[in-house]
Amino acid sequence: MDQITFKVQRFHPDKDTKPYLQDYTFPLKPAMTVLEGLYHILEYLDHTLSFRSSCRAAVCGSCAMHINGKYRLACNTQITSLKSKTITVRPLLHLPVFKDLVVDHTDFFENMIALKPWLIDKQPVPKEEYLQTPQQRKKLDVVAECIMCQACYASCPVAGTDNKYFGPHAFLKALRFVNDSRDAAQMERLAQVAGETGVFRCHTIFNCQEVCPKHLDPSGAIAKLKMNITLNRLKGKLKTKP
Amino acid sequence: MNLHHDIIVVGGGLAGLRAALQAKFAGADVALITKVHPLRSHSGAAEGGINAPLANNPEAKDDNPEAHAYDTVKGADFLADQDAVDILTGEAPEIIYETDHWGCPYSRYENGKIAQRYFGGGRYPRTCYAADRTGHYLLHTLYEQALKHQLKIYEEWMCLALATEDGVCKGLIAYNIREGVLVPMSAQAVIMGTGGHGRIYRNTTNAHINTGLAMSIAYWAGVPLKDIEIVQFHPTTLARTNILLTEGCRGEGAYLLNQDSERFMKRYVSKKVMELAPRDIVSRSIMTEIEQGRGIDNAYVYLDMRHLGEKKIDEKLPGTRELCLEFIGLDPVKDLIPIQPGQHYTMGGIDTDFWGETKMKGFYAAGECACISVHGGNRLGGNALLETLVFGKRTGQKAAEFVKQKSNSPSPKALDEALKKLQAKQQELHQGKGTENHFDIKNQLAQLMVEKAGIFRTEKELLEGKAKLQELKKRVKNLAPVSQDKRFNFDFIFAMELQGNLEISEAIFEAALVRQESRGAHFRRDFPKRDDLNWLKHTLVNWTPQGPKLCSEPVKIIRYQPEERKY
Repeated sequence: MDQITFKVQRFHPDKDTKPYLQDYTFPLKPAMTVLEGLYHILEYLDHTLSFRSSCRAAVCGSCAMHINGKYRLACNTQITSLKSKTITVRPLLHLPVFKDLVVDHTDFFENMIALKPWLIDKQPVPKEEYLQTPQQRKKLDVVAECIMCQACYASCPVAGTDNKYFGPHAFLKALRFVNDSRDAAQMERLAQVAGETGVFRCHTIFNCQEVCPKHLDPSGAIAKLKMNITLNRLKGKLKTKP
Repeated sequence: MNLHHDIIVVGGGLAGLRAALQAKFAGADVALITKVHPLRSHSGAAEGGINAPLANNPEAKDDNPEAHAYDTVKGADFLADQDAVDILTGEAPEIIYETDHWGCPYSRYENGKIAQRYFGGGRYPRTCYAADRTGHYLLHTLYEQALKHQLKIYEEWMCLALATEDGVCKGLIAYNIREGVLVPMSAQAVIMGTGGHGRIYRNTTNAHINTGLAMSIAYWAGVPLKDIEIVQFHPTTLARTNILLTEGCRGEGAYLLNQDSERFMKRYVSKKVMELAPRDIVSRSIMTEIEQGRGIDNAYVYLDMRHLGEKKIDEKLPGTRELCLEFIGLDPVKDLIPIQPGQHYTMGGIDTDFWGETKMKGFYAAGECACISVHGGNRLGGNALLETLVFGKRTGQKAAEFVKQKSNSPSPKALDEALKKLQAKQQELHQGKGTENHFDIKNQLAQLMVEKAGIFRTEKELLEGKAKLQELKKRVKNLAPVSQDKRFNFDFIFAMELQGNLEISEAIFEAALVRQESRGAHFRRDFPKRDDLNWLKHTLVNWTPQGPKLCSEPVKIIRYQPEERKY
């Protein structure tokens, strides 16, 4: 059986002054994922390793990491697909590290929460469901599929230098509500993302689009929000200054 | 000073969030603790949909709560409590509309109404769906409401014990995973809103977090486990990884094929029902095909979606296509997908009534960790998400009413005792004198459960399983020292969870042994018939220091007398 070597970034805030890579070599099982590799290390080689994981099916967003040079979900990354005898695993960049591969996601969520990520319902609320056509519903495809894994946020150089910048995930979420025919706060939402820490800070580097493990398009969402803001300014519906 | 909230909800998935929100709406001081960020909860992995008799689909124009109730009771092989099922289906439309008003992006019909598809065991297309990511969308929707209403959430805190005094719940001991400290939390009411015990089975669809610890905590504290022997195996999980492929695939028309490319379900159910029989029946049919040599590599059969076409698959089952491509490298548009049954759902659980109340004052449960029972011997697909919301809401409501009475006074003594006991346990783990690796024991247990308490059971195998389990329980007393790390110490967390895993597994073996009949997902080869005379009843398992003690309770039959279950 082939051997594989994981180089895992370790860091314990109470003991270490800086992070270091630790090597673990073990037999590679067929179709083994990076997450399964990490579990093998935790269970049989080193009980002190810390990493987050939950669903192992790429829907919960727990296990985004920096794996062989790219942000990926550990659970849906086949080791053999990386075509390397060494797998280097680091935590998401820009985010403070709690321990080893576990990062502090406080800013990531707080920035999204600042955008009121809940439906501001249109009145009157109907007795049954809101009527929404399939075409209207289609506008929620992609934008509502984000699993909040933070890969885009970690790859974004703007977010990396300013923790108040809302971040690609937050813009995707904002567009999800702007696009929803049931939402009543479109202008309020646009005004908010048009602000100082909003979409116009984006440097259109497209990292977020490139790394998204769910193949979503935060860059496209940012472009759509910008267009929406500009159009509504021209129409006089949105009063914020460019 | 202990932390105090009137109500503490454990679990950040749909049941926990819905319960906490309801308690908040009712004006209670409520906090939620969850061992993972709420969005990482396993509710988000649910795919196919949520049942409600909305009659939106033209083929469902005659659908109604009673029809939904009958299908649920028959699907349950008559072990469900019919009063609770009436609540489940009667309150279903309202709860679906509520989630729509909160923004859940359900798929739609041209007339703007919520789309509904066929699911196994349902006579009408009544499963509301949001593509095949219904759980993901519902979980995000509920989390969004939690943000809107500023619900207090202790993130990455887990419950390790209940604090009780004279059989009354006084709070719990939480473990702050980030800081590695045990925190006594006093409460007038504790609601367990957690998931199932899936991870005690190797071949589970469940997330790594679904270890069933909350069930064992309740069990240790004196609350019985109900129908714990009854475990659902989902027919279509990806070969090897056991990642779930939704029943929605078959709901949209996918076939099951054996190695001869034959739609084998015709051997087991009527031509009208075929692949859309309830899960227990389809899983046994697949296993029978494999056992009789018609499977592929003696391990799986095929799910065939090719005839659905790329357009329909991308529109209605996009997540399924993605899972197949990513996890097995096959495209359902042109490839046959190898699938096998895998553990999926815990029908049994913490014994509650239809208000989430348990036999312990101040202690409630809702969601997969609870057993009301609305699922009886076999849960219908689409009824689990529904149960989390309907009964999460009711439980939150009931707990809020209870704390308003202020009849449960705090007991620092109970918290202190529970804390001391847990600290002693923690010390014992840290100072382990043995050599055993608890992860290894966990993995062996998971294999044992598949082999000895799986889809088909016999007395011989159950007894063998029970004996092997006792060996594992001995080995767990001989663990190597567990890490004392204060931060994200998964060594300690899994070691604690293993203690619970073994207790739940033992209860499963005991209850599976006594239920000498076949009902729903519990199939005894040595007793292949349902036995209403002796076993139309719920098993209850109580924890005692000497081992599990069993008793039973009658099933509530209202409108539907047990009849032969034929599809």
